[in-house]
Amino acid sequence: MNKEQSWLYEITPKNNLFDLNLKEVWRYRDLLFLFVKRDVVTMYKQTILGPLWYLIQPLFTSIIFTLVFNKIANISTGGIPPFLFNLAGITSWNYFKDCLTETSDTFKKNQAIFGKVYFPRVIMPMSVVISNLLKFGIQFGIFVCFYVYFVFKGSSISPNMYMLTYPVVLLCMAMLGLGLGMITSSMVTKYRDLTFLISFGVQLLMYVSLVSLPYSLFKENNLTWAVDYNPVAHIIEYSRYVMLGEGSVSQFGILYTIGISIFVFFFGILVFNKTEKSFIDTI
Amino acid sequence: MEESNVILKVENISKQYRLGTLGTGTISHDLNRWWHQIRGKEDPYLKIGETNDRSTKGTSEYVWALKDISFEVKKGEIIGIIGKNGAGKSTLLKILSRVTGPTTGSIKTKGRIASLLEVGTGFHPEMTGRENVYLNGAILGMTQKEINAKIDEIIAFSGCERYIDTPTKRYSSGMTVRLAFAVAAFLEPDILVVDEVLAVGDAEFQKKAIGKMQDISNSEGRTVLFVSHDMTAIRSLCPTTIMLKNGSVYKIGSTDEVIDEYLKISVSEHDENLKKSKFIKEISLETNTINILDKLSVELKFRDRFEEKINYCFIGVENMDQKRIFSIGTHLDKEFSGDFKPNDKLICTIDNVNLIQGSYKAMVAIGTNIPRANLEVIHDAFSFKVINNDVFENGMSLNRQQGEIIYKSKWLINE
Repeated sequence: MNKEQSWLYEITPKNNLFDLNLKEVWRYRDLLFLFVKRDVVTMYKQTILGPLWYLIQPLFTSIIFTLVFNKIANISTGGIPPFLFNLAGITSWNYFKDCLTETSDTFKKNQAIFGKVYFPRVIMPMSVVISNLLKFGIQFGIFVCFYVYFVFKGSSISPNMYMLTYPVVLLCMAMLGLGLGMITSSMVTKYRDLTFLISFGVQLLMYVSLVSLPYSLFKENNLTWAVDYNPVAHIIEYSRYVMLGEGSVSQFGILYTIGISIFVFFFGILVFNKTEKSFIDTI
Repeated sequence: MEESNVILKVENISKQYRLGTLGTGTISHDLNRWWHQIRGKEDPYLKIGETNDRSTKGTSEYVWALKDISFEVKKGEIIGIIGKNGAGKSTLLKILSRVTGPTTGSIKTKGRIASLLEVGTGFHPEMTGRENVYLNGAILGMTQKEINAKIDEIIAFSGCERYIDTPTKRYSSGMTVRLAFAVAAFLEPDILVVDEVLAVGDAEFQKKAIGKMQDISNSEGRTVLFVSHDMTAIRSLCPTTIMLKNGSVYKIGSTDEVIDEYLKISVSEHDENLKKSKFIKEISLETNTINILDKLSVELKFRDRFEEKINYCFIGVENMDQKRIFSIGTHLDKEFSGDFKPNDKLICTIDNVNLIQGSYKAMVAIGTNIPRANLEVIHDAFSFKVINNDVFENGMSLNRQQGEIIYKSKWLINE
């Protein structure tokens, strides 16, 4: 009889690096759901406007962007109403940004829980990505409302069949945000410098991610190199293309973005797995 | 016992920590470590490191919090883990509960381990009691189905029915703890790892908690690892105990034996504490083991020389849970007066120690009577053991649950 086989699991110094441990994550699926619920329920407790804050933030940002970039700086958004252009960009960008910034301090923020109880650590960032999806849903809803409004007003916007690929776009954003977030959260455990880098790095990234500045502007100024290799720019441009029918989308861009997203996601898992075992000693 | 009964096998577990703050040295150590790793060599920092003795200053930045810990736990066993502060108990628990990984070695298990290093992990103040029960239960590894089945029992056990749908931020701290413990009490893992969570709540609730622990271990045949400073709790719950010292297993065996050993080591520590004393050279007891109604007699011998004028001595006796049981002092004896001079002997007697059987220790303070001030306080200055050597002369005895103080009583009927 082989006695070794009867062990349920083994605690050793090293983790299997690529092991996503899906079986265990599945066992803790209730916890994942409860964390999502906690995030959603407690986010706007004791506020007057409550979930309305989900809407206020993108709307006002879009208004300001429209005023600053399109009215004052006179940047053209082609045939698309500038407000809708900005709102589309911001809605997508927000999801990526929230996934990234909120997962990037996973270890630091949860050290009290992580220091006392074991559960698959990856549950935490996963719950962030899911609860943000909910927030994204609400923001997307408001975008659709304005969209319909502008269609009735006779704007020249037209969605196309590629709309159906939008879930893939979302998945790419989630993977990219989660992957980068997991990498930073792992490194933050030792080198706190990254916290600062992330908070202003994300701000800078927005300007080269075609959120409010259109691709044509970069072309005019011979600055396309700044956006061409930025997967987030491709994602936002593509999402705008499928919703508004305008934008520059290339096959290279799509494949490049999907490739990068998958790479970053798996690299994130690798780094995260390596860290989760003993981060509590260094944090 | 057969080999197959082993549910948990701990093999050569060691844990290294880096002392000091993480700073500029970290990157260079990381790079060096990584460089060794890609060349297939052993981690250069694993070789160094010293045993973990908190009080002596070491030379290396690395210490071993645990060193080569090995033991086996059989199914249904309840094992106590004791040791001084810093002996490695908490580190061992953290590794067992997978909060942190070991530096070397492995732990093999046949069952799921749930750990209670703290009650109420993950409680969110904005959520209601009921929501928190679900969240906390899930964090501890229960599924929603399991919690659904037990929610009523959990709420009843906590005694918070009335507040269950109120956010926990409105709870008193005691209520939060009760609710949190109630969730923990209904955990049903194969192996339960418990850190001193019993020391929560009021006395009534503590009793309930210990009772629940006993139920879990007795009737349900659960395997439990229980870490505590509370020797009484260890004695009443665990037949086997592991004693850790400076990161290694010092002794494994039946609880009574191990606790005796533990106390013996404490005695040698009293000498350490006395060595640092400015006034007192030696403390001796007439006997270290006292029968409940016998007299306690302590003799304090003063040092050869000291300049200060001292004329006040105070002794505070504590039980093993660090709770003060009684205090005595020269100022409480109206017949006593006089200054202590070098080489004096001060003798203190209590006619009968009315304490329940168990181990006790004492602090001694020396100072001036007017104004009353302590010039020196010696913690853990001496210890003694009280036994029940048939005090009632009929083979009867009392236990700690019935009170810490014992009197002989006279009963008459219709005189």
